[in-house]
Amino acid sequence: MPAAEKKTVSARKATIAVLVDNEPGVLARVVGLFSGRGYNIDSLTVNEVDEAAGLSRITIVTYGTEMVIAQIMAQLQRIVPVHRVCDLVTQGLHVERELALVKVASSGDKRVEALRIADIFRARVVDSTIGSFVFEITGSLDKISAFVDLMRPLGLVDVSRTGVAAISRGPDPI
Amino acid sequence: MTDKQMTGSEILVKVLQDLGVDVIFGYPGGAVLPIYDALCQQNSLRHILVRQEGAAVHAAEGYARSTGKVGVVLVTSGPGATNCVTGLADALMDSVPVVCLTGQVPTHLIGNDAFQEADTLGITRPCTKHNYLVKDVDDLARVVREAFLVAASGRPGPVVVDLPKDVVTASTAYARPSAPIQHPSYSPRLKGDHDRISEAVDLLAGARQPLIYAGGGVVNSGPAASQLLTNLVNMTGIPTTLTLMGLGALPASNRNFIGMVGMHGSLEANMCMHDCDVMLCVGARFDDRVTGRTDAFSPESRKIHIDIDASSINKNIHVDVPIIGDCGYVLEHFIKLWKSRQARCDGDALDRWWTQIDGWRQRKSFSYKRSDTLIKPQHALEVLNRRISGRDDVYITTEVGQHQMWAAQFLHFEKPNHWMTSGGLGTMGYGLPAALGVQIAHPDALVIDVAGEASVLMNMQEMSTLAQYRLPVKAFILNNRWMGMVRQWQEFFFGGRYSESYMDSLPDFVKLAEAYGAVGLRASTPDELDDVVDEMIATPSAVIADIVVDPDENVYPMIPAGAAHNQVTMSPDEEVVLDQVHKEEGMVLV
Repeated sequence: MPAAEKKTVSARKATIAVLVDNEPGVLARVVGLFSGRGYNIDSLTVNEVDEAAGLSRITIVTYGTEMVIAQIMAQLQRIVPVHRVCDLVTQGLHVERELALVKVASSGDKRVEALRIADIFRARVVDSTIGSFVFEITGSLDKISAFVDLMRPLGLVDVSRTGVAAISRGPDPI
Repeated sequence: MTDKQMTGSEILVKVLQDLGVDVIFGYPGGAVLPIYDALCQQNSLRHILVRQEGAAVHAAEGYARSTGKVGVVLVTSGPGATNCVTGLADALMDSVPVVCLTGQVPTHLIGNDAFQEADTLGITRPCTKHNYLVKDVDDLARVVREAFLVAASGRPGPVVVDLPKDVVTASTAYARPSAPIQHPSYSPRLKGDHDRISEAVDLLAGARQPLIYAGGGVVNSGPAASQLLTNLVNMTGIPTTLTLMGLGALPASNRNFIGMVGMHGSLEANMCMHDCDVMLCVGARFDDRVTGRTDAFSPESRKIHIDIDASSINKNIHVDVPIIGDCGYVLEHFIKLWKSRQARCDGDALDRWWTQIDGWRQRKSFSYKRSDTLIKPQHALEVLNRRISGRDDVYITTEVGQHQMWAAQFLHFEKPNHWMTSGGLGTMGYGLPAALGVQIAHPDALVIDVAGEASVLMNMQEMSTLAQYRLPVKAFILNNRWMGMVRQWQEFFFGGRYSESYMDSLPDFVKLAEAYGAVGLRASTPDELDDVVDEMIATPSAVIADIVVDPDENVYPMIPAGAAHNQVTMSPDEEVVLDQVHKEEGMVLV
């Protein structure tokens, strides 16, 4: 095999779902793996998903060459309380969503404009004062980033984003 | 059997006994006093009191690697645990099964900066295979059993169990479980994929310039795997090299053995790595000391990689046929297929390949210039090798540096588990406590720590432990008054500026031995050497043999860090070339 075919040099995104025992320290193991080995984390979410079985699901968005992503998957699989590791990007079609709370403080035209844009993005107002709104917006990363960018000149004060939650399409589990 | 109320300490001792543990290396302290109290009220678990906790881990490593069993350590909280970190990192890098039981402050004090409190779990997380904090005495027995399972199975490694003082003093009902424990998520894969192995057989059979490259995974898999490797090598006639960690997996006397591979490996092994067309890697991990420059590593070969750890595959080097599984299982399967297909490499091609290899062999890459006035370190090891060859009961440990590489080059191992060295982490101070652990496991064996004078001083206090337990370990010190490998690199890559690599005011090792109740011997000239080696071996007690060697000797051959396998520097005469070509790269790389 020619050397050129042996490795794909271009980096790609991976959205990795990791099913773990919900026990103290398991998140530290996963995060420590990324920092210790110099991998990137673009987004990280974690919560218990099966109380009876005591399982949590961690969703990590990362990027790297095919070789690096395969290495990340193998290293994750090696952690003792890890049950399953799945790259949703290569497995097939999947859905990714993020939720953000966006605080905008402004008055007059800017306040009206913020509300109008929020309507276009289907963001909901979850808190309102005379001088501010808190919007709740759900969607893809790009959509949320676009919304935050548009709010910036309109009095953006604070953003809190959850990070990506992702799941495969169709009837099967990961 | 009815459940009986027992304290956590008693349960711990019981579980260790049930697991077949016979020895613990440790050091007491406040948080583990209840455990030590339980230990002194029984007879089946022997406790070896070291002089510093770090040495306990190395001793457990030596014990584990020479027996194939799990090495057990018991230390107190805080500094007791933090002193173990180097040993744990060492065991992780070299895949040594160790269970380290650490004391911890009582659960209600955790997080309060209590006396001798450290976040042991946090500190040891990246340097263990897994670690546990036991918060409830009801979990204790299960966790300890699980710790042994994790340490010993799959790719072995160190596991820490952190035991708060109130947990080991609390009482609960205990009954020995009837079935071995099952882990919900951890289940290492032992058997390799049939289709992959089949593909590998075809690939190897079609090779014209094949090479087998085997490592510590074969040793870890157990003696049967080494025997299978030897069978495969004999059956196929394929040249075979071993890594530093794999020495002994194939007898050094096997005619197909072409020496150790890597930075200071034999010319023939490294040239074969570079020029082979099919490489069968068994239980080795393509680390940087083996591969040199990865983009120039074995450029024409198709590679098969057998490893129990999926993350070792395609980490540094792309391989064509990955096989995830235990070396023993996969080799057995491989040989079965090889036989049933009546596979064999092209005989003529293999003959030509061997002719080429013999050409490299004839350049005798481990040769050195003898001296009548100075003891050459290589010569000292040749003498030692002659004295121990043919003996089954000799175990060698080493420290880290030049002497380690010479020991790997000049001492010959016919069996696995007889060579204990710190390969991955490169821990100076490993050898003496590791030898201690080996001697505990093999009381009647000849255990020799081939040492440098700088390394051995890092854990010299363990001479006291040797004295306490009358362990006849021999420290064979190649004393060149330098941190030899540091000096060599400064000579090659830093313009001969020997920054802090010379040691003034070294102890008189003969007197030091006597101070510890051991025998001190010294050889300063070549004509004294043979007698000192003989006397060392004949002495029934611990010995420090101070072998005063040529301070200027360097390890050859050498592939400088960042160079390819065919860019070997063979001797001092070639240093000029080395200096020009690799100076800048060498300064950057480790």
